[in-house]
Amino acid sequence: MKRRVVITGLGTVNPLGNNVSDFWGALCAGRSGIGPITRFDASNFQTRIAGELKNFDPLQFVNKKELRRYDNFIIYALASAEMALADARLTIGNGNAERTGVIIGSGIGGITTIEKLKEAMQQPGPVKLSPFAVPSALANLAAGHVSIRFGAKGPISCTVTACAAGTNALGDASRTVALGYADIMIAGGTEAAISPLTVAGFSAMRALSVRNDAPEKASRPFDKDRDGFVIGEGCGILILEELSHALKRGARIYAELAGFGLTSDAFHMAAPPPGHEGAARSMRLALQDAGVAPEEIGYINAHGTSTPLNDLYETQAIKAVFGAHSRNLLVSSTKSMTGHLLGGAGGLEAIVCVKAIHEGVVPPTINLDHPDAECDLDYVPHQSRKRDVRAALSNTFGFGGVNAVLLFKKFAG
Amino acid sequence: MSIEEKVVEIIMEQLDVTKEECVLEASFIDDLGADSLDIVELIMALEENFGIEISDEELRKIRTIQDSINFIKKKKGLLT
Repeated sequence: MKRRVVITGLGTVNPLGNNVSDFWGALCAGRSGIGPITRFDASNFQTRIAGELKNFDPLQFVNKKELRRYDNFIIYALASAEMALADARLTIGNGNAERTGVIIGSGIGGITTIEKLKEAMQQPGPVKLSPFAVPSALANLAAGHVSIRFGAKGPISCTVTACAAGTNALGDASRTVALGYADIMIAGGTEAAISPLTVAGFSAMRALSVRNDAPEKASRPFDKDRDGFVIGEGCGILILEELSHALKRGARIYAELAGFGLTSDAFHMAAPPPGHEGAARSMRLALQDAGVAPEEIGYINAHGTSTPLNDLYETQAIKAVFGAHSRNLLVSSTKSMTGHLLGGAGGLEAIVCVKAIHEGVVPPTINLDHPDAECDLDYVPHQSRKRDVRAALSNTFGFGGVNAVLLFKKFAG
Repeated sequence: MSIEEKVVEIIMEQLDVTKEECVLEASFIDDLGADSLDIVELIMALEENFGIEISDEELRKIRTIQDSINFIKKKKGLLT
């Protein structure tokens, strides 16, 4: 018998805000968080735009020693987890530490740190490296430091499934609670990969938008003039809790995490196949897992990267799963505003689904000025819309053919 | 700036401790909350600042702020 899993806390730092409330406000107002890259000198790069955090003060969350030693993907996770736990009014202590776990995914881990260390090693003279070089960059150290900081002694893991990493983390965490291995899970995804190597690498794949003269217009999912994704950074962390545990302590319940679908394309390391059958299967599996009928889904937070292939094939997959209902449901890509947080995306977009259900508002897809003729669903262009969402899907797909889908539904006792 | 002052400044920065905590007899591990990796990093900073080399063998003998100051002075030929 599967136990029920509910969401009781949310925390995020991302290009639109350094807490959930600022983020949600900016998202529903249709603001773009994309601008010129400031993290490094990108003047010789084909792509010079990204979604960076703004006015984030890491010293609110870590001390100076930690700041020097932790890559940003770890600091973003510590900040988001602290806010999520506070939001859930949850303290981890003697009574619940061993029943509290952490799964935080990351696509690339501490790539920025690795690049800087390599640079330092190439200086003339004897090779000298900080003893913190390795632990500052390992992808699982976001989960590691969150568990250390907050004393969570239950299951711990890190999913590294590219752009689906945050969703895989939440899916694994929900099963951990559902199957009884923990009562509370701190889970989500984090990324801080706006680095020379990452930007140049994605550029070499022709995956990034080159709309450098109009950063805010660059991420335009489902638009006929879309020309690639915009790299973003940040983190989204959710507190997952077993239902009776949450009820017993009188926790506020945002929504229920009711289903998880996970499939592989077995097709190509980076490209989805036409029709994206694997994505369709993942959505169906999430529906089955939750025991929810397709007609009950009111909103899909699309993977919607703004790349030519993804947006077309994802649209085809949605139509294959939902048939006539695909005309009624709302589909939006919040990457139009945040950029693509890679491994952080699943965490952040899960928060979007939860908030849409809880607030009864669906955030828009901005920059959808000239919809692609073959992308003909209701993508909530330009402006957010009030809608009583009873159930929502969060789609994320990653390199390696990973298709991970979460189903959230309104909590109804 | 004297060697003592410079060493304390580096320790404050590296270990994120206050000047008041940096009394000469303070032990890095017991009083200043450092672990073995903290000490390795601290010694690297001292080596770089004072242009000296400290071997792993020597590193093990450095326990307190005074130890590190004595060591630097010795390396610099200021102490016999």
